[in-house]
Amino acid sequence: MQWETVIGLEIHVQLSTQSKIFSGSSTAFGAEPNTQASGIDLALPGVLPVFNEQALTKAVAFGLAIDAEIGKRSVFDRKNYFYPDLPKGYQVTQMDFPIVGKGSVDITTEDGSNFTIGVTRAHLEEDAGKSLHEDFHGMTGIDLNRAGTPLLEIVSEPDIRNAKQAIAYLKKIHSIITYIGVSDGDMSQGSMRCDVNISLRPFGQAEFGTRTELKNLNSFKFIEKAIHTEVERQKDILEDGGRIIQETRLYDADKDETRPMRSKEFANDYRYFPEPDLLPIEIDDAYIEAIRGTLPELPDTKLARFIADFGLTEYDADVLTSSRPMANYFERVAEQCGDAKLAANWCMGDLSKLLNQQGLTIDNCPIAPEELGLLLVRIKDNTISGNIAKTVFQAMSDSEGSADEIIAAKGLKQVTDSGAIAALVDQVIADNLDQFNAFKGGKDKLIGFFVGQVMKLSKGQANPGQVNEILQAKIKE
Amino acid sequence: MLDKTLKQLSDGLAQGDFSSVELTTAYLDRIKHADGRYNAFITVTDAQALASAQSADTTRASGQATALTGLPIAYKDIFCTAGVRTSCGSKMLDNFVAPYESTATARLAGAGMVMLGKTNMDEFAMGSSTESSYYGPTRNPWNLDAVPGGSSGGSAVAVAARLAPATLGTDTGGSIRQPAAFCGITGLKPTYGRVSRWGMIAYGSSLDQAGPMTQTAEDAALLLNSLAGFDAKDSTSMDRPVEDFMANLHQPIKGLRIGLPKEYFGDGLDPGIRAAVMDAVKQFEAMGAVVKEISLPRTELSIPAYYIIAPAEASTNLSRYDGVRYGHRCDAPTDLADMYMRTRAEGFGTEVKRRILVGTYALSAGYYEAYYRKAQQLRRLIKQDFQQALADVDVILGPTTPSPAWTIGAKQQDPVSMYLEDIYTLSVNLAGLPGLALPCGFQTGLPVGLQLIGNYFDEARLLNIGHQFQLATDWHTRKPEL
Amino acid sequence: MSIDRSQVENVARLARIKIDENEMPDYVRSLSSILALVDQMQAIDTTDVEPLANPLDAAQRLRVDAVTEENQRELLQANAPHAEKGLFLVPKVIE
Repeated sequence: MQWETVIGLEIHVQLSTQSKIFSGSSTAFGAEPNTQASGIDLALPGVLPVFNEQALTKAVAFGLAIDAEIGKRSVFDRKNYFYPDLPKGYQVTQMDFPIVGKGSVDITTEDGSNFTIGVTRAHLEEDAGKSLHEDFHGMTGIDLNRAGTPLLEIVSEPDIRNAKQAIAYLKKIHSIITYIGVSDGDMSQGSMRCDVNISLRPFGQAEFGTRTELKNLNSFKFIEKAIHTEVERQKDILEDGGRIIQETRLYDADKDETRPMRSKEFANDYRYFPEPDLLPIEIDDAYIEAIRGTLPELPDTKLARFIADFGLTEYDADVLTSSRPMANYFERVAEQCGDAKLAANWCMGDLSKLLNQQGLTIDNCPIAPEELGLLLVRIKDNTISGNIAKTVFQAMSDSEGSADEIIAAKGLKQVTDSGAIAALVDQVIADNLDQFNAFKGGKDKLIGFFVGQVMKLSKGQANPGQVNEILQAKIKE
Repeated sequence: MLDKTLKQLSDGLAQGDFSSVELTTAYLDRIKHADGRYNAFITVTDAQALASAQSADTTRASGQATALTGLPIAYKDIFCTAGVRTSCGSKMLDNFVAPYESTATARLAGAGMVMLGKTNMDEFAMGSSTESSYYGPTRNPWNLDAVPGGSSGGSAVAVAARLAPATLGTDTGGSIRQPAAFCGITGLKPTYGRVSRWGMIAYGSSLDQAGPMTQTAEDAALLLNSLAGFDAKDSTSMDRPVEDFMANLHQPIKGLRIGLPKEYFGDGLDPGIRAAVMDAVKQFEAMGAVVKEISLPRTELSIPAYYIIAPAEASTNLSRYDGVRYGHRCDAPTDLADMYMRTRAEGFGTEVKRRILVGTYALSAGYYEAYYRKAQQLRRLIKQDFQQALADVDVILGPTTPSPAWTIGAKQQDPVSMYLEDIYTLSVNLAGLPGLALPCGFQTGLPVGLQLIGNYFDEARLLNIGHQFQLATDWHTRKPEL
Repeated sequence: MSIDRSQVENVARLARIKIDENEMPDYVRSLSSILALVDQMQAIDTTDVEPLANPLDAAQRLRVDAVTEENQRELLQANAPHAEKGLFLVPKVIE
């Protein structure tokens, strides 16, 4: 029996607003417990919610970025259940009238295949607090700093068929939300969380099988593994003639297996109904268009432009557009030095290595893009060789100055005076007469040796092209 | 002194007849000596009151006093008052000291008023008799065996028994108007959205409104001037300019078009109440008003609609009372589920539990359409009935209640019998309109109140009519034997 | 429509309220009575009637995104039944 995997993803994205969705408390990560939890966040008697305009703006921006319908009238609902990290005993969310309707996202998997994944909807809701289970002698500690952080829940259609597609979709969503600035997308801080719905059905069957939901997956690596594990588990059951129980499961990374969540003790009937403390959100075309006008170039568009305008390969363009800051950086370097390929190589190579080594992001890179651009100009105009440029680059990253300043201070200017080079070549020949005769006699490979020797003698500053020419000329003498 | 209206006391303070400290002390003494009989107060804030009074006198001495400076008032214990216990009439919050101030009480404090204390109420505002309070029932000063009405019973009695010159109540289905009628005082439920709900413990979010309970319509206007107005902290508070509600009190009401809904004068109405209300109608006609019969066909349906919508909203509003962050927590919970189940069983009284269960049921899977959604549809029809009627008349008039105050305990066996008594007040909350209760007579020694219902934000007209009625009659000056 | 005991138990569970055995008959009775009252609604035709959630026809106002609250932990935890190290403590929650 051939089984088809059907996957749908629910991604919860924390919106990067200053304050919470319904209160003026800070959303900053990492504060001491309950120091960012106001009366509203604690659900004191008599408190009321007031809606944050930036949460709306960011939700609409996301909807536009995925070409989705925007709900001109959206409504908040109460989703009722009891849990200690849910202070009101209900979560304010959007059920029947979400802010964002149907949209879609194009993805490319590692092997280069393209797919379109549908997005059913995206809606606004509030995050819950956190439970801490250690250190409290058999009790659980509740921290409500996170309670009330604005979330955008993005629900995909069950269009995903394997783990690779799932990861590609996640990365695409991540790229979009960071590009348009609606979230910092930091999975380690919980800014983006993913629940995976998985079911299997025999190939060709239209009806979906019973699905399970995997929760609390906070890295791409774990998501991929969890999907594999769960698919195998379901396949085993189905092939033995068993039935899948619809349930929520957690992924245990240590054991690489999924297990059922200790069932929320009583079946949940969420009793959704419209939130009476909030009125319907009404927005018009003008509002939507104004937001559209603030959207930056989206990743796909930028990628296509880099390929077309800069002649980059798809691979290079993909790497360079992976983040908007990197893409901007690259473009400024390319503009400065006029050579996109050279700029691309340096950004993907030396620059990325530097950032990795020093644990920096492009935003706090010690070398400004124009400065790097000017360094590349010096390679192009033969002032220095590519190799010497690496030395200069290192010095620039240590804040020793601009490219020109360093070249001057260290005397790194390439030697291009033919007379001077000729003198060096003569010296090397004189020191290596036997090899030179062999070279003259036809051992062409020895050119490498001689060029190397001249470069060494010149402390790398001779123009290698000229060295080559002069050597060739010497053979003919 | 204790018989004076707020306006008279304000004038007295302005003229230097007495100080705020003297006035406040007089009320505090009266409460101490008399409230044992009525149980109108849950908490009396003596020290704070005297300090505020002192401060008010100082303000007056520096020439900065305004109309409400130094006037005493008491608040239904549903308003969060910073640093003061706020119990909502419930064991669940018996130990809860509010860490912040409600907008309504902050505005009055800001206007210089002196808080005497917090008054008794039906638990979580659910009731029409103040019998469900954790702190015991409040008694009607006109007949100590009778209920004062509810849920703002304590506030009504405080005014009627002269324990305070005025109080604040809240009204979700009649909880200001009905106790005002039962106790022979004036009570105003403003238009929904007129007064901020910030800091007012929620019962039925789309129905609740705070309002003044006073001896006169003029006093209600005086208080409304400071209470009303947009509050950014309440998303359902309307951004409308606040007019001076005192400005139009003196307008004559000649030509006023009054509608009498025929459904309010049917067989269920006590004949003594009918007589008193019809006498009032004649009075209005004598003052030049034009009276006609109108119809509000869905009046009876307001009962089922309300008793689905209010409990549904309440069932979720009360989910936060779980023993985690404040309020009652049961002893030695064995696990989380046990903590929830026993905390809520112990903290809530019977009527609150009933309404939570009804509300939960009405929202649950399989019943939402038939109950909650259906009730919301009826709500729209009820609103339409009013809009239609108010296109033809300026104001609607009828009795506030079908019967006078019943005996304490008489309706405890069958909660539904109490719900049916709300028939004239519920639809006003469902539609969100303003309603004013005015004393207009007596039946078997107990006060009778009429109700005026106005169009959205038409409180000024209601108060004008009330004031004119009170210039021509003296029901509002009657007081029980104290 | 009346309500039976198992339905009351179900709803009590959803609402997290423990109802003792001896209280149960009263709740079944009073809830049945209330539901009989509200069943009057079923007789009315409400086809095509839009539900009314809020009496006023208004849209939600938007709040400027700014941090306006400061740390008030001590004050706000003063009423806590059990708080330690700044956290609210509850019986252990097992996932």
